Amino acid sequence: MDKKKNKGLKKKISVAYCTLVYLFLFLPISVIVVNSFNATTTKPYMSWKGFTLDWYVKLWDNSSLLEAFGNTMIIAGVSTLLATVIGTLGAIGMYRYRFRGRAIVDGLLYIPVVIPEIVLGISLLTIFAKADIPRGMLTLILAHVTFCIPFVIFNVRARLAGYDISIEEASMDLGANRRTTFFEVTLPVLAPGILGGALLAFTISIDDVIISYFVYGQTKTYPLKVMESVKSGVAPDVNALSTLILIGTVIFVVLTQGDLFNKKRA
Amino acid sequence: MKNIVEIEGINKIYGSNHVVRDLSLSVGEGEFLTLLGSSGCGKTTTLRMIAGFEEPTSGTIKVEGKSIEEKEPFERNVNTVFQSYALFPHKTIYDNIAYGLKMKKVPKDEIKSRVKEMMELVQLLGYEKRYPSQLSGGQKQRVAIARALINQPRVLLLDEPLGALDLKLRKQMQIELKRLQKKLNITFIYVTHDQEEALTMSDRIAVMHDGVIDQLATPTEIYEHPATKFVATFIGETNTYDGCISAISDGVATMTLENGAVKVACPDDFSILEYATVSVRPEKMRFSKTPVEGFELVAQVKDYIYVGSVLKCIVSLPNGNELKIERLAGQELPPVGSRCYPYWAPEDAVLIHNESHYYFEALKNIKLA
Amino acid sequence: MKEESREKRIKKPSGDTLSALVMVGPVTLIMVLLVAVPLIYVAVMSFCSIDEYYNVIPRFTPENYERLLDADYLKIYARSVFIAFITTVLCILIGYPFSYVIARTASRKKKILYMLVIIPFWTNSLIRIYGWRSFLGSSGWLNSLLISLHIVSEPIELLYKNGTTILGMTYCLIPFMILPMYTAIEKLDGSLLEASSDLGAKPAATFFEVILPLTSSGIFSGSLMVFIPCLGYFFVSDILGGGNSDMIGNLIERQFQSGNNWPLGAALSIVLIVLTLVLVKLYQKLGGDMDALGV
Repeated sequence: MDKKKNKGLKKKISVAYCTLVYLFLFLPISVIVVNSFNATTTKPYMSWKGFTLDWYVKLWDNSSLLEAFGNTMIIAGVSTLLATVIGTLGAIGMYRYRFRGRAIVDGLLYIPVVIPEIVLGISLLTIFAKADIPRGMLTLILAHVTFCIPFVIFNVRARLAGYDISIEEASMDLGANRRTTFFEVTLPVLAPGILGGALLAFTISIDDVIISYFVYGQTKTYPLKVMESVKSGVAPDVNALSTLILIGTVIFVVLTQGDLFNKKRA
Repeated sequence: MKNIVEIEGINKIYGSNHVVRDLSLSVGEGEFLTLLGSSGCGKTTTLRMIAGFEEPTSGTIKVEGKSIEEKEPFERNVNTVFQSYALFPHKTIYDNIAYGLKMKKVPKDEIKSRVKEMMELVQLLGYEKRYPSQLSGGQKQRVAIARALINQPRVLLLDEPLGALDLKLRKQMQIELKRLQKKLNITFIYVTHDQEEALTMSDRIAVMHDGVIDQLATPTEIYEHPATKFVATFIGETNTYDGCISAISDGVATMTLENGAVKVACPDDFSILEYATVSVRPEKMRFSKTPVEGFELVAQVKDYIYVGSVLKCIVSLPNGNELKIERLAGQELPPVGSRCYPYWAPEDAVLIHNESHYYFEALKNIKLA
Repeated sequence: MKEESREKRIKKPSGDTLSALVMVGPVTLIMVLLVAVPLIYVAVMSFCSIDEYYNVIPRFTPENYERLLDADYLKIYARSVFIAFITTVLCILIGYPFSYVIARTASRKKKILYMLVIIPFWTNSLIRIYGWRSFLGSSGWLNSLLISLHIVSEPIELLYKNGTTILGMTYCLIPFMILPMYTAIEKLDGSLLEASSDLGAKPAATFFEVILPLTSSGIFSGSLMVFIPCLGYFFVSDILGGGNSDMIGNLIERQFQSGNNWPLGAALSIVLIVLTLVLVKLYQKLGGDMDALGV
């Protein structure tokens, strides 16, 4: 009896604890969501002046904000695509071939993951300046591809760890040539890892502030736009856009993640 | 019987590791040939060279009279059943089995009927839509076999296909595989380390050791007349003694061993004073309470182990070597600790050449030349 | 025959080399040109001088490194390490029990709980930090609440303190702690806990003897992934610390933006790189797996 009571108490404590942590995690987000309905029009847009949906309408007139958001999506899309293709090929290539300098490339891959982002940011800035590459969309994409590739590679590699190379041999044994084997067997089997890597790359890319901050030139991304307005107070239309993005991501996560989890199990 | 696979003097060297040494082998049409050996003996490498996954360092492999080294695995008319099954995890059972036909661009309708036929043959009807992860080990095994056989290969290569199954299922699959092979009349080249499996299933067995074939013969021949000491000890249980042939008369040799003299049937290619090995199966061994004419072995009974209908007796010789003797249960036996005199009928013992014999032969040839 | 096989031996590796090149070439190119070369260039630049127009000129000088020992800078390094350390400890203390509870709940609920951890971090991090500022600011939610409850009569200043920066850092970096710990705890075999209690260990003993040693790998990799980035997250100390809790990241940022003394910024970056290398080596010494850092 006593033991049972004890267990119940333990459960209550752990539920209460987790709720507190979740509150901590979601607190600033709720501030953003609530402020997106705030009728205030004076900087720093903090005190509550009543409920309004105005900001969700005004948002569409804020062309510089929309442009920045568009830039972010373009950069994230293009760099995810490039990083996924390059990273997947690289992971498979490094798994399959032993070549001179392999250890060096392998070591270099860890650098963007462990080094403080600011160091990668300023090093890219200096090299772009040295090479006279004008800062803008191109440098942003190059930078994003650079820090996304390792994440794709590590994800694909995790999948390769459980990969039975004899299925490729089986495929060739059954009459498929190398090309067909790659598309019929290798790629589909690695797909969950590739997809997971791409997803990770995309999220890291849209959220990146620090590295972008050093290489953006005139092409502002959405996080940089936010950064610019932070000093004077973030206007509720930015909050409105963030809320919309949040809703979009939640829907996306629920749709894809459920699917991903199932595939991982198979 | 026509030869369908002919291997001539192949070698495989990885760096400083000579895995397959100068191996030659012919496999007849419709034959069930087993490559038997412990791990690292080169049996799997040999199989993979036939399949085309490895390239021989030297030598040729011919299938149906044509050299196939220039052909990629997907151009060869042989198929493989992999040890790990290597089923495509992302394809259904149906798509797994249909894969080879799809690659050959066989019309869809024909694929459908042939897959159905094949699934019936391996008793998997009704599993078309499942994925490999949803099948048991035995079922996966059947899919792997069906997937290879549907292509009607001239030769099927099987790499320890039953290795991952439990004992009971394994016995059952052994019989099924053999039946399938007879029915389809396809040549099987089968790799295993399980001597019992090899003895049950094969038409011929090639016992491999250190990259060479020690003996290539029928299961009976291998069991009853092992050609090397390795074959004798690897296949079944046996007692071996090394010694010197001290006399030969009427086809029976007297061997002097460390523990005394014994008598052994002596084939013509053994000569007096040669060092050789005697192998006697436990079931051929006897023992007596009194000395036996021609045998000088004296041993002490150490233990009896009952194994159902037979009784295993362990006796030890003065030098500490132990002998295994198998008797039918229920016979009168000397008590544990007592002295006994092991012996056998000379024709039940097998005389095996020692390595020194080959040096001796070589020396003789040099002298003659 | 001999001829044929020789030709083949030449032909086949070259085909392999080509496909190896296609697969590994692009990665190698990017990693070398956009990671290795820039870092080497930064190292070189840290020994360069600037002219009166703040242009980098290739004249060797150890001056940048000498300036690193400036008393003001030393204070900032100390503060950086202090903030990063406290942040790491907080992340462990908050994150460990939390990860433990989540990783040990029934599987369907677990998926949802896990996703609830990730979702906040799919919102832009700047916006979230700004959310904290709105919450804690003098006219923010918390102060309004305290005033309306008559707990305080005037808004209290909660921003622009080291504590605020630590709060923001902890908030930003805690998922990097939770995720590896979650992975390590999830792998823990439940029967080990049963075995431990079966052998007479009390829950606390089981925790220190079995659970903690088996999940420490998650804590190690989590700590590395919190401590190092913390040193460089300049925007957190900017927005929440407002210049009162500058860290190395802020120093570097200033040299490359407003201050425009790139060689000095490069030297500061080298300090961060060296620190990172030391910590990574330490992590590997402790038996840490580099692959645990990537995903």
